[in-house]
Amino acid sequence: MNIVVLVKQVPDSGAERTLSSQDFTVERASASNVINEMDEYAIEEALKIKEAHGGEVTVLTMGPGGATESIRKALSMGPDKAVHISDDALHGSCAVATSKVLATALGQLGADLILCGAESTDGRVQVLPHMIAERLGIAALTGARKLTVDGSQLTAERQTDEGYEVVTAATPAVVSVWDTINEPRYPSFKGIMAAKKKPVQALALSDLGVDAGEVGFAGATSQVLEFAKRPPRSAGTKITDEGDGGTQLVSYLATEKFV
Amino acid sequence: MAEVLVVVEGSVKKVTLELLTIARTLGSPSAVVFGDVDQAKLAEYGAEKIYVAEASDYLVAPKATVVASLVRQKQPAAVLLGSTQEGKEIAGRLAVKLDNGLLTDAVEVAADGTATQVAFAGSTIVKSKVTKGLPIVTIRPNSVTPEPSAATPAVEQVTAELSEADKLTKVVERVTETKGSRPELTEAGVVVSGGRGVGNADNFKLVEELADLLGGAVGASRAAVDSGFYPHQFQVGQTGKTVSPQLYVALGISGAIQHRAGMQTSKTIVAVNKDPEAPIFELADYGVVGDLFKVVPQAADEIRKRK
Repeated sequence: MNIVVLVKQVPDSGAERTLSSQDFTVERASASNVINEMDEYAIEEALKIKEAHGGEVTVLTMGPGGATESIRKALSMGPDKAVHISDDALHGSCAVATSKVLATALGQLGADLILCGAESTDGRVQVLPHMIAERLGIAALTGARKLTVDGSQLTAERQTDEGYEVVTAATPAVVSVWDTINEPRYPSFKGIMAAKKKPVQALALSDLGVDAGEVGFAGATSQVLEFAKRPPRSAGTKITDEGDGGTQLVSYLATEKFV
Repeated sequence: MAEVLVVVEGSVKKVTLELLTIARTLGSPSAVVFGDVDQAKLAEYGAEKIYVAEASDYLVAPKATVVASLVRQKQPAAVLLGSTQEGKEIAGRLAVKLDNGLLTDAVEVAADGTATQVAFAGSTIVKSKVTKGLPIVTIRPNSVTPEPSAATPAVEQVTAELSEADKLTKVVERVTETKGSRPELTEAGVVVSGGRGVGNADNFKLVEELADLLGGAVGASRAAVDSGFYPHQFQVGQTGKTVSPQLYVALGISGAIQHRAGMQTSKTIVAVNKDPEAPIFELADYGVVGDLFKVVPQAADEIRKRK
C-alpha cells in the first residue's frame, strides 16, 4: 500500500507563540519549531500498517526551508522517503489554498492511504482532511481513535462528543487520527542515522502546476485584520486547607453565585 | 433582510441557539437541519425559516452538498456553524465547493462579517475577515448567551443530488458512551475536571459527584486520560476539548500548558491541589492548597447543606 503521511512543522505549543507583527502569519523564525504532535501518531499508524500489510510510507510536508528539520525527524521514525513542498509564493496561504497544493501533490504521488493528525496545534482548524478528500473525490475517515485495514477496506472508530461512530470506506482515503490511536515509537539511533540518507524530494509550485496567484497572500480567501495578546490571568485568592478548605471553597462559590 | 444560514449538523444543541442568536444580528436566521430535530426550539430562538434535508448514513460530505446547494439558491449573507468537529468539517468542504474563505473558532461576528477568533490556546485575540465569497464562520460553544426571540418559521423540504463521492464513507454504527444526564462538555456552564492527583479511575466518582452538585460536566486532564482514569472524549487541553465555561474547577491538576490551552478562557477558575507551587494556582481566581480527598467531600457536603 502506498501510504502518505501529512506532516506539519509548528511552533512548539509548550513555548511562547505569536503572530508576526509584519504580516500576521504564524511567527516561525523566532519560534522553537517541532513536528505537530498529532502527526507523530499518524506516522506511527502508517508504519504499523506497512509492517502488517507491506508498502511504502512517504512523508509530505508543505512549509518553509526550515521544515527540513522536522522532515528528518519524521523520517527517523521509519518512513521511506519524503516530499517537501516549499516555495516563497506559499507564504500566507489560507486553508483553502493549502488544501489545493496538498491535494495536487497527493494526486501526483498516487497515494492509496493518506494519514494525518486530526488537527495541528497552531491553527487547530481541523478542516484539511475533508478539504483534501473533497478535492480528490476520495473518502475521508476523520477523528479516528482506531483504524483497521483489511485489503482495500478501512474501518475506523471516529470519536464524537457522544461516544464514537464506526465508519467504513475503501481506499483511496484520507484518515485523520487522534492521539488515542497508538503510542508513537521513539526514533532509534539507527533510525536517526538512516534518516540522513533517505531521499527528500523538493517540489516548487511550478512542479505541481499550481499558479502562484492561487496561493499565499495573493490567493488568500481570508485575511487577518489585527491581533492582540490577551492580558494574562492573574492569580486570585489562595488559601491553605486547615480543616475547613472545602467549606471556604463553597463560600467563595456562593459569593460568585455558583451555589 | 438577507438570510443567514445556521447549520444544525446533528440535534439542536446549546451552540445551535447561540448561532441563531448571532445570526439575528446579521440577517434573518434560516436553520438547515438533517432529519428530525426539535423545530420548536429553533422557532423559540428566532429561526424564520427551517430547511429540512434528509439525514443520511454517509459521513459529512452529503451535508456539505446540501448546504452548498442552498447557498447557491438562496444567496445568504453568511453561513454559521458550530466549532465542533463535524461543524468544522462541513465548513471545510463547503469552502472548497464554493471556492470561498472560512474562519473557524470565532467567538464573535460583527455586522460586517469580521470575526473575532481566539488563537494560541486563548493567549491571542485575532480579528479576521473572509475576503473571497460570503463569510463561512464556525462559532465556539459558550461564546454568547442564547437569547430567545420567538418566530414562526416557514418549513421547506430541501433535496440535493448526492454525488458518488458524497457516498464514499458510510457510518455503520453510532455508539453512545454514557455521560449520564450531564451537559455536553464544551457547552457546559460549569466544568469540574480531575487530573493525575485523582489517583485512579474509581476516585473519579468524587469529581463526578461535585460536577453533579454544581450541574456541570466532567472533564479530565491528559495525564488522567493517559493513565486510564477517564475516557478520552472528556479530555480538556491542547490535544482535547477547549472549554470556556462560567466556572472551571480543577481538581488534582497541576496546570501544565497542555491543560491550560483548553481552559484558560473560562470566566472563573477554581483549583484544589496539594502542591502550593502548582502552576494552576497562577490562573486560579480561588485556590485551595490541600488534599482533594478531604477538601472535595467537605465541599460536597457543604453544597448539599445549602441546597
